[in-house]
Amino acid sequence: MIPGPFSYHRPATLADAVKLLSTLGDEARPLAGGHSLVPMMKLRLASPEHLVDLHGIAGLKGIRRDGNTIVIGAMTTQHELLASDEIGKSLPILDETALLIADPQVRYRGTIGGNVANGDPGNDMPALMMTLGASYRLEGASGAREVAAAEFYQGAYFTALEPGELLTSISIPVPATGHGYAYEKLKRKVGDYATAAAAVVLTMAGGKVATCKIGLTNLSETPLLAEDAAKAVIGTSLDPAALKIAAAAAVAIMSPAADARGPVEYRKHVGGIMVTRALQRAVGRAS
Amino acid sequence: MAKTHITMKVNGAEVEGLVEPRTLLVHFIRENLSLTGTHIGCETTHCGACTVDIDGMSVKSCTMFAVQAQGSDIMTIEGVANADGSLSALQEGFRMMHGLQCGFCTPGMILRAHRLLQENPSPSEEEIRMGISGNICRCTGYQNIVKAIQYAAAKINGVEFREAAE
Repeated sequence: MIPGPFSYHRPATLADAVKLLSTLGDEARPLAGGHSLVPMMKLRLASPEHLVDLHGIAGLKGIRRDGNTIVIGAMTTQHELLASDEIGKSLPILDETALLIADPQVRYRGTIGGNVANGDPGNDMPALMMTLGASYRLEGASGAREVAAAEFYQGAYFTALEPGELLTSISIPVPATGHGYAYEKLKRKVGDYATAAAAVVLTMAGGKVATCKIGLTNLSETPLLAEDAAKAVIGTSLDPAALKIAAAAAVAIMSPAADARGPVEYRKHVGGIMVTRALQRAVGRAS
Repeated sequence: MAKTHITMKVNGAEVEGLVEPRTLLVHFIRENLSLTGTHIGCETTHCGACTVDIDGMSVKSCTMFAVQAQGSDIMTIEGVANADGSLSALQEGFRMMHGLQCGFCTPGMILRAHRLLQENPSPSEEEIRMGISGNICRCTGYQNIVKAIQYAAAKINGVEFREAAE
């Protein structure tokens, strides 16, 4: 399988990349890790006339702490997230999630920016970013803006990115010390997208849930925040009754497609189980 | 489409070529460089048969363009043997432990295992299995591949290899 012909561009600066994308218009696509785009090009489901490879832009890589925020450059790979002490210490749920993405080879190339910007409902990081209250920096010809992850996803492959704009970094507020977390993903095999997955970040106080966020992957056209489910567990000790109410509230907002991973009812059913397991594991880790 | 001149280091030697931007790295390696030990299996980024080592990373060479490898340092299965031509510890492990049957996945398995042992010289069985989870073998059931990698790790670490009881 050979992709259609295209012109290759490798700008050295962000300004040049933005200029290229805005000049070349709809026929140009940015190339990050390429592990979503290149397979689509080989299948001729995507045939961009121009690829703007972002690997030459040094400023798009790296992980830094800025006060109580972790800022991750869009071209940082999943492998680099896993290798980072700062992520392991401040945002261990990122490591847990990155390890469930694809396989080792793909993680050496696949980037967090590509994962969140593509708008693929099967990608794991978007729901996690919503759960963590992250925001994305978008840079285009007319300047830069910050968009909350929760405001970014509009439909399958439809996002707040305007033509010519690039997602350049992700800012994540560091969760409270002692927070509990879990990412539960049901998949058929290594490398598969989720049949259903749930992210949970919570804090406990006096044996009761003080704060809680729940995100859902591949259970709708966009990643979802299960707000009613999260509210249902706050103030409880996550007893079986509270878990049941939360799972039911999460299932109520799921609208997965029927596909090779199963019919709608099955995917909603296991979606509820992922929420339950993620809540239980998160509470076990909280202090 | 205009061709681009690229240069890179492959198995220690400087190589160059003229490629269209759409030329996949695996095609450049096999067709321009005539290094056909790197295999094309699924062509969809799943099977890992095309895995090569690029600048210290295991990469599926069917999912990267040759132009993107400009200036990089690549190792393929043809560069794995010791300088004197004897088998590397990993090659010896695959031979001694019967880590292959048809052999199609073996170049990718060995290149992936090479990087795994560079990053983690004494992996547990579980870490080996996760480490090669992007490489598919349809013959062995993986058991002997895992043993082959354990054999190589022991040899590199200078300790005696003992097969775990089954």
